[in-house]
Amino acid sequence: MNEIKKYLGILWILLSPAIVIFLFWQAADKITQASNATRANVTLQWSIILIIFIPICIGLAIFGYYAFKGYYEHLPESSTEISD
Amino acid sequence: MIQQANSEKGMGFIIGASSVGTLIEWYDFYIFGMLATIISTQFFPEDSGTSALLSTLAIFAAGFIVRPFGALVFGRLGDMIGRKHTFLLTLVLMGGSTFAIGLVPGFKTIGWAAPIIVLVLRLVQGLALGGEYGGAATYVAEHAPAHRRGYWTSWIQTTATLGLFLALGIIILIRQSQGVEKFSAEWGGWRYPFWISLLLVIVSIFIRMRMSESPMFAKVKAEGKHSINPLKESFGNRANFKMVLLALFGAVMGQGVVWYTGQFYAQSFIENICKVNFVDSRDILLIAILLATPFFVIFGSLSDKIGRKWIIMTGLLLAICSYHIIFTQFLNLTDAAARRDLIDISKTTKSAAIATFDSKDRSKMLVSTHYDSVYTDGAVYSYTYVDTILLSKAYTGNTNAIAYSLTSNSSNTTSDSIMVTAKVIPGVSFVNGITNVFAVNKAGKPGLVIEKALDRSTFWKMVFLVAIMVVYVTMVYGPIAAFLVELFPTKIRYTSMSLPYHIGNGVFGGLVPFLGTLIVEFTKTKENLAGDPLAGLWYPVGVAALCLIIGVVYLRNHIDEDVLD
Repeated sequence: MNEIKKYLGILWILLSPAIVIFLFWQAADKITQASNATRANVTLQWSIILIIFIPICIGLAIFGYYAFKGYYEHLPESSTEISD
Repeated sequence: MIQQANSEKGMGFIIGASSVGTLIEWYDFYIFGMLATIISTQFFPEDSGTSALLSTLAIFAAGFIVRPFGALVFGRLGDMIGRKHTFLLTLVLMGGSTFAIGLVPGFKTIGWAAPIIVLVLRLVQGLALGGEYGGAATYVAEHAPAHRRGYWTSWIQTTATLGLFLALGIIILIRQSQGVEKFSAEWGGWRYPFWISLLLVIVSIFIRMRMSESPMFAKVKAEGKHSINPLKESFGNRANFKMVLLALFGAVMGQGVVWYTGQFYAQSFIENICKVNFVDSRDILLIAILLATPFFVIFGSLSDKIGRKWIIMTGLLLAICSYHIIFTQFLNLTDAAARRDLIDISKTTKSAAIATFDSKDRSKMLVSTHYDSVYTDGAVYSYTYVDTILLSKAYTGNTNAIAYSLTSNSSNTTSDSIMVTAKVIPGVSFVNGITNVFAVNKAGKPGLVIEKALDRSTFWKMVFLVAIMVVYVTMVYGPIAAFLVELFPTKIRYTSMSLPYHIGNGVFGGLVPFLGTLIVEFTKTKENLAGDPLAGLWYPVGVAALCLIIGVVYLRNHIDEDVLD
């Protein structure tokens, strides 16, 4: 199972930029397609989505990195393992 | 040593006091959404780009940006000064801002100040909501005996549902007692639910003032072991941060999409895609939620016996496997073509055609005809066909004359043009008369509006299907508070569990309706104008599947006997 955790870590690392690129592509597409009347509103919506999802995707990449490095092979049994 | 276990009676008070406040916070949050149409009419000017921007900010920012920030701000406070005082503060902020929204004069009275004040108050609401849940869940869990932690914290999970009922119940009661017109007036009944919030909050504050601080936090603080910088310890410490990430990607993001799909997207789908009328779709959801709500406690309690992980993962798996089947059933049950044989011709009616000019382009005339198809089983499907007729030139007649009754519609034999003879219905200062309007052609396919009143059998089948989805919600949501509490140490618990919870629910869950609709848009083509109505499910199914894989592989099915540390 630990091997699977590690290899999946690579997948999470790769998935993260893929999602960000997809979101940027969609944002550009939707903003371009929007009419003049709705463009500002669509831009705002997608800006908020990008602002929110980019840190989450960074988090997914870090999660993948931790998994790849084996930090999830052992989960803490007690809070002392986390605090100290 | 501080006793972790409490008497059932004592726990009853703790649960009651914690839940009432959380329930009120959800009530406050929901009434804004439920009254959104009236709020936009009262506070936002019509046909204004700026207005649309402010409205978007009020909806998006409060739900997606501010909630996680609230989790950070109040989580930090809760880990520094204590749970009790922090969630008292969130309650005051939520109740105060809700009450204040009810006091803001409309756009007609104070102009642009109205939407700006409402936006600011809405952001305060989102901030307070971000701080509330983590505090209540932590507080209850830190009081609960270890072998009943899932059971007791699951009561907190019911508050989101009960808040929905309370908000809806109060709004319906006031609207029915006042009538729609009085209810929607500038200082009408729609403001009462906001004012009632103050009363509810005062009662809740009184109850919460009588509560003592969490024994675990009190012990940690008395020993001087409480956190000085919870944000740094939560997210700057790799050992803890990896658990924050695991909580988010391995449990909460899946829980968030399953919750919003079952309780919000389902209603939106039934109303907007299946075209079931508002009253039926609302009743379907409410009855389904009512039937399924006890399962929050059942699964919370079960998690004390078999662990949290597999209940949450089973809920995710069932949702992933059955969403397409259930939503396909919604479409089949309300498919008009499949019910053609049941139409009662003798009761089916057709109205006279009504024609109006397009408000922005007076060279377009919209001709609508209304049908009520009555079925032998009691269902009534209403259709409004709208033909767009392009006129040879823009109509320049009296602008007060806004409605036309179509009296004849004959094809011209020499070209594809048609002639419409319209009877002018008088405006404020217009004289009755007959006007001939020459049209060049009919543009495109007619628009079709359908509203369906369901027969009882179909209604109850849909209740059953929605209830199944709400049971999935109870599986993923019932044990989640106990699961989160057990992942983190007491001194940074409030901060550490609040952030993944509000990202999972506010962002991943909150975006289900928006992204679902967006994905359906992707599938629209010239050949298939409606697109694939089920395509919107790929977002919740995809996120839940990702979460399921991460949860199954990385999470441990562990019940932490000791959360004192």
